[in-house]
Amino acid sequence: MTVFDLFGDYTIRIVAAGAALVGLISGLLGPFAVLRRQSLLGATLSHAALPGICIGFLIAGSRDLPSLMAGALATGVLAALSVIVIVRRSRLKSDAALGIVLSLFFAAGIVLLTYVAQTDNASQGGLNSFLFGQAAATLRGDLLVLGAVAMVAGVLVLLFWKEMKLVTFDPAFAASQGLPVAGIEAAMTTMIALAVVAGLQMVGVVLMVSMIVAPAVAARQWATSLAGMVAIAVLMGMAGGVIGAVLSATGRGLSTGPLIVIVLSVIVLLSLALAPRRGLLWEAVARQRRRRTVPAQQVLTTLYHLAASHGRTDYPSEQGMIDTHHRMATAGLLVGMERSGLVRRVTHAPEATPHWQLTDHGRVEAENLLRARGFPDA
Amino acid sequence: MLDAFIASPPALIVATGILVGTASALLGTFLVLRGKSMLTDAISHSILFGIVMVWLVTSQTEGVIQIIGAALTGLLTVALTQGLSRTRLMRDDAAIGLVFPALFAVGIVLLNVYARNVHIDQHTVLLGEISFVWLDTAEVGGRNVPVALLVLLPMTLVNLAFVLAFYKELKLSSFDPGLAAALGFLPGLLGYALLALVSATAVAAFDAVGVILFLAFVIVPASAAYLLTDRLWLMLVMASVIAILSAILGYLLAVRVNVSIGGMMALVTGVFFVLAFLFGPRHGLIAQWAVRRAQAKRNETRTLVAHLYNHEATAGESEENVTRALIEHLGWNRQKARAIVLRGLDLALVHRQGHLLALTELGRAEARAILEPWRG
Repeated sequence: MTVFDLFGDYTIRIVAAGAALVGLISGLLGPFAVLRRQSLLGATLSHAALPGICIGFLIAGSRDLPSLMAGALATGVLAALSVIVIVRRSRLKSDAALGIVLSLFFAAGIVLLTYVAQTDNASQGGLNSFLFGQAAATLRGDLLVLGAVAMVAGVLVLLFWKEMKLVTFDPAFAASQGLPVAGIEAAMTTMIALAVVAGLQMVGVVLMVSMIVAPAVAARQWATSLAGMVAIAVLMGMAGGVIGAVLSATGRGLSTGPLIVIVLSVIVLLSLALAPRRGLLWEAVARQRRRRTVPAQQVLTTLYHLAASHGRTDYPSEQGMIDTHHRMATAGLLVGMERSGLVRRVTHAPEATPHWQLTDHGRVEAENLLRARGFPDA
Repeated sequence: MLDAFIASPPALIVATGILVGTASALLGTFLVLRGKSMLTDAISHSILFGIVMVWLVTSQTEGVIQIIGAALTGLLTVALTQGLSRTRLMRDDAAIGLVFPALFAVGIVLLNVYARNVHIDQHTVLLGEISFVWLDTAEVGGRNVPVALLVLLPMTLVNLAFVLAFYKELKLSSFDPGLAAALGFLPGLLGYALLALVSATAVAAFDAVGVILFLAFVIVPASAAYLLTDRLWLMLVMASVIAILSAILGYLLAVRVNVSIGGMMALVTGVFFVLAFLFGPRHGLIAQWAVRRAQAKRNETRTLVAHLYNHEATAGESEENVTRALIEHLGWNRQKARAIVLRGLDLALVHRQGHLLALTELGRAEARAILEPWRG
C-alpha cells in the first residue's frame, strides 16, 4: 500500500483531516500561550477537561461531541479561574497552583468516569478514549465541529489581532492605552482552553500540551514577527497532524496521538538545530568563525603597528616574533590571510625564517579595523 | 492481628493509600517550597518511558530495578528540560511542556509495538487500580503480603530517612539556595536527589494510585500545609497527616458511592486544600479578609480624628466638625459616617459637645501622631 492508496481510504482521510484541523487550531493559538509563558496552563487545562467531558456526557446522555466539548470547555475555564484565584489570594506560586488544579480536576474526572461507568449507559465506553486520544473514533460530523472551532478561533484572532499582540508582549503598555487587559487575557485563556478541548479526542489529555507548545516553539525559530510565527506554527501543526495520522495508518496498530506528538517533537528538534540565526548549529558555526577571525584581525593590526612604528609600509615582520607577541602559533592564520590577499610572504636575507608584510588591501583592512575600534588617526 | 490485617482487603487498600500519601507528602513539602510542582508532573508522566525501557531490557515490570530505572528517567527528564531552557531558545515552562509529552509518546509507541498483552499499559500507569492491590501478593515469612506494600513501605522509609538525614540541608537550600551554595551544601545535587526520589516513589505508587493521583498526593497536602503554618517541621507533619486522613476518608467515601478509590482519595486532599485556603489562620482567605477589614476600620477612625484635628479651634469648626460635614466633605454615606462616629465614641477618641464632635485627649494624641509625628 502506498501513501497515495492511504489517502484513498475513507477512514484515513477523515482522521488526517481531523488531525490537520486540530493542528491548525493549536498552531493558531499556541504561540500566544507560549509567548505569555503559559505553556503549562495547556497541561492543566487538558487534564481539567476530563470532568467536563463526563459532565457533558451525563447531561447529554450520549457521546455527542458538541456537548462533551461544551462541558470540557466549562471545566477548563473553571480550572483557569481557580489557578488565578489561588495565585492572587494565597501565597502559593503559579507552579503549585497549576499542579494543584491539574491533579484535583483530574481526580474529579476519574471519580466521575467511574460514576458514569456504573450508570449502565451503553455508549459510555468511548469516554476512556479521551484520556489517550482515539483518532480512529473521529466521525465525519466531528470534522464539522472541529472546522467550526477553527473558524471561530481564526475569526477571533483576526478581529482582535492588535489587542492580542499588545497584551502578549507588553500588558502594562496595553493597559496604559486603555485596553481591557484582564478581559483580553481571560479571552485568550478561554481560546487556549478551546484549542485544548478541540484536540482531546485526537491526542488525549496527556499529550495535548505538546500540540500547544511544540508548533509554537518550532515556529519561533524561523519567524521574526508574531504574524510569521503564527503562520508557521499553523503549518507545522497541520503537517505534524497529517504526517502522524498517515504514519499511524501505515503502522501496525500504532496510536495516532503519540505519533503526532513524536513528529512534532522531531520538527522542534530540527528547528532548534537548523533554523537560521537562532539555530544551535548556526550559532556553533558563527562561534567557530569568530574564534578564527578575531585572532586574525589581531595579527593584522600587529603587522600594521609594526610597519607604522618602523616608518615603512612594506616592513617585513618575522614569523617567530609575531608568535611570541601573540603567544600562539600564527603560521596557519597567516597562510589563511595570505589566501585572502591581506599579507604576503617575503624573505629577509640573510635570515631564513619566514617574514610577512601587509599588502595594500591588508593595510586598508587594518586601518578600517582600527578606526572601528576608536583609533581615528590610524 | 497481623494476619487479620493481611486478610482484610479494605485494611490493605487504606494502608497502601496511607503509605503513598506519606511518602509523597514528605517529598512534596520540599517540592512545593522549591517551585518544582510542575516538574514533578513532567517526571510522573515520563516515567512511562522509563518503565517501558526497563521492561524491554530486563523484562521486569516491577521491583527494585524498575524503581532505579524510574529514578534515572526522572533525572533524564530534568536534564533534558534544563538543557532545552539553557539554550535560551525557550522558557523553562515551554521546555517542560515539550519534554514530558515526547517521552510519554515514545513510551506509548514502544508499548504499541512490543507489549500488546503485557501487564504494563498506559491505563495502569495513568490511573492505577488501588482496589486490586490485595490480589498481587508475594510470600514473606509464610504470609501472602501484597507486593504494593512490600514496595511502598521501604520507599516511605527511604523518603523519611532522606528527609531526616538531610533536614538542615534541605531546609537551607529550599529557602536560600544562594546561601546553601556559598556554604558548600551543594543545593543542586540535593535537588537532583530529591527529584530522583520523587521518580522512584512515582513508580512504587503507580500500580496503586496512578501517576496523576500520585501527583495530587505530592502537591496538594503540602500546599495545604503551607497555608497553615510557617514552620517547616510542622508543615511536614501536617502534610503527612492530611495525606493519611485523605487516604482513610477517601476510601470510605469511594466505597459508599462506588467510584474510583484512588480518585476519591486525591479529591479529599482537595477538600483539605480548600479548607486551608479559606480558613488558614494567617494565610487563609478569611484571615486575610479580616486583616484587611481591620485595617480599613482603623483607617476610617484615623481619617475622622485627623479631620477633626485639622479644623479644631478654627473659624470653620462649627461647620466642619459635625456629622453632616463628614457626609458632605469626606464623601461617606450617612450610615457609614454614623458607624465611624460611634466607633470613635466607643474608642474614646471623640466625644460630643452639643452637636459638635470634639476630640478627647486620646483622639488628639492619635491625630498628632498622624499629622505631626515630629512633635513626639
